[in-house]
Amino acid sequence: MIQIQNVHKSFGNIQALKGISLEIAEGELFGFIGPDGAGKTTLFRVLVSLLVPDEGKATVMDLDVVNDYKKLRTQLGYMPGRFSLYQDLTVEENLNFFAGIFKTTLKENYELIKPIYQQIEPFKKRRAGALSGGMKQKLALSCALIHKPKVLFLDEPTTGVDAVSRKEFWEMLQSLKKQGITIVVSTPYMEEAALCDRIALIQKGELLDIDKPQNIINRYSHFLYGIKAERMYDLVKILRENTHCNSAYLFGEYVHFSSNTELDMDKLKAELISTGMENVEVISLQANIEDSFMDLMAKTNNQA
Amino acid sequence: MTNNQTNTKAVVVKDLVKKFGDFVANDHLSFAVDKGEIFGFLGANGAGKTTAIKILCGLSHPTSGDVKIAGYDIYKQRDLIKKNIGYMSQKFSLYDDLSIAENIRFYGGIYGLSRKKIKEKTEEYIEKLGLQAYTKSMVKELPLGFKQKLAFSVAIVHDPPIVFLDEPTGGVDPITRRQFWELIYKEAANGKTIFVTTHYMDEAEYCDRVSIMVDGRIEALDEPKKLKETYGAQSMEEVFIQLARG
Repeated sequence: MIQIQNVHKSFGNIQALKGISLEIAEGELFGFIGPDGAGKTTLFRVLVSLLVPDEGKATVMDLDVVNDYKKLRTQLGYMPGRFSLYQDLTVEENLNFFAGIFKTTLKENYELIKPIYQQIEPFKKRRAGALSGGMKQKLALSCALIHKPKVLFLDEPTTGVDAVSRKEFWEMLQSLKKQGITIVVSTPYMEEAALCDRIALIQKGELLDIDKPQNIINRYSHFLYGIKAERMYDLVKILRENTHCNSAYLFGEYVHFSSNTELDMDKLKAELISTGMENVEVISLQANIEDSFMDLMAKTNNQA
Repeated sequence: MTNNQTNTKAVVVKDLVKKFGDFVANDHLSFAVDKGEIFGFLGANGAGKTTAIKILCGLSHPTSGDVKIAGYDIYKQRDLIKKNIGYMSQKFSLYDDLSIAENIRFYGGIYGLSRKKIKEKTEEYIEKLGLQAYTKSMVKELPLGFKQKLAFSVAIVHDPPIVFLDEPTGGVDPITRRQFWELIYKEAANGKTIFVTTHYMDEAEYCDRVSIMVDGRIEALDEPKKLKETYGAQSMEEVFIQLARG
């Protein structure tokens, strides 16, 4: 469905993409996971034909993003990271506008967008600018789908959106996937990676890894422990001094402490108590995507 | 509010109501934040968080209710409040086309710091945040993570007892996000009160106490551990989803 070969893109001295290559299969829900500045948006703009790569080649549905851009644009759906609908048009006017551009009508494609559009239909006379964040997002997705695209590019659709709306949004994506639409999505939220069929971890214009989320997690090579105590900030500092420490990161309720060797948890606990820590708890953990990402990041940073 | 309470509390809010026309954005909020506490102020988009924060920072008037920030009254002592708080928004408030030192000098100047003090702060921040390589650069050339740490430092350049952070960690990589929280912990350990909003539910766990707003009201307020017990949830994310979905 999508083929990317050695794509480079620079802006002045900044190398936004440093030779990205990968393939995305038809019907896949594929995620680019990485922080701001990783190159996600640049890559998306190349794939939807809004930016010409400096080097390399990309095709979407066998259409070249540079040479066949006119045909390509009629067949893909794109939801940019910034809300780009007309704020002073109503919900309905925005939809009709996008339908008109693609020479279709809201009525013709109502079935496809129905599950999403229904949730905002009661507000169809409201101006887009006056919608809440979650509703704007649903309208933008409806507009991106209005011409029944075979592939959908969603650039950080859930950034700045609360946890409930994020969950609902991913449920919508799962149902679109069932209808056979290929979905390419980017996100800075690591936990959303688990919801994709395959993911690419991207950082500083380079791919750290590409695989099914579980396979990436399985490659995590350290022993990982969750540790908590009364004073978490002091705990992190003490753990970093530990001779077995590979990394120690705050991680919600626990500190995630990784080591290259298997540790005696009772002994570790006793050591922490002897430094004055209170209510110490040590558990053994399985890594998650965020652990893997930070590990890969730290490794590449050390090489640089 | 007794004097006793204002001595140990950084923020005291009692029956705060804010209406826009018929719409009730803040519906009788009452809560207090202890000095030195890290207080998480959570809620879905549109729940009324930003409205409340603007009032607490003295940028907007409540429709009714009492608010005291650092012991100062929100109606009568807004200027004193502004001197005693720091504020960092998700958009930051650094000037992109000024250098690091110029940004610090600008904010230091606004808060009336002496030249000597501004020089000290500039050296301290460059050293502490590891910005040595960027002293000649304009702020727009800084990687996002550095910008964020600098925005935080600038927000507390006048050493306020309370700092408000509105989604400070959006978009940064997971390592930088954690480094930012370590900065927060450090300031809290020095006695600063931290009032923070976030959409990352793991960050709710870093707070001493968390409030969750739904439709203009505070639906829950407690330590993360107790909230999880109360709602029979494994994580703060579950607590949040239960409450916000209603």
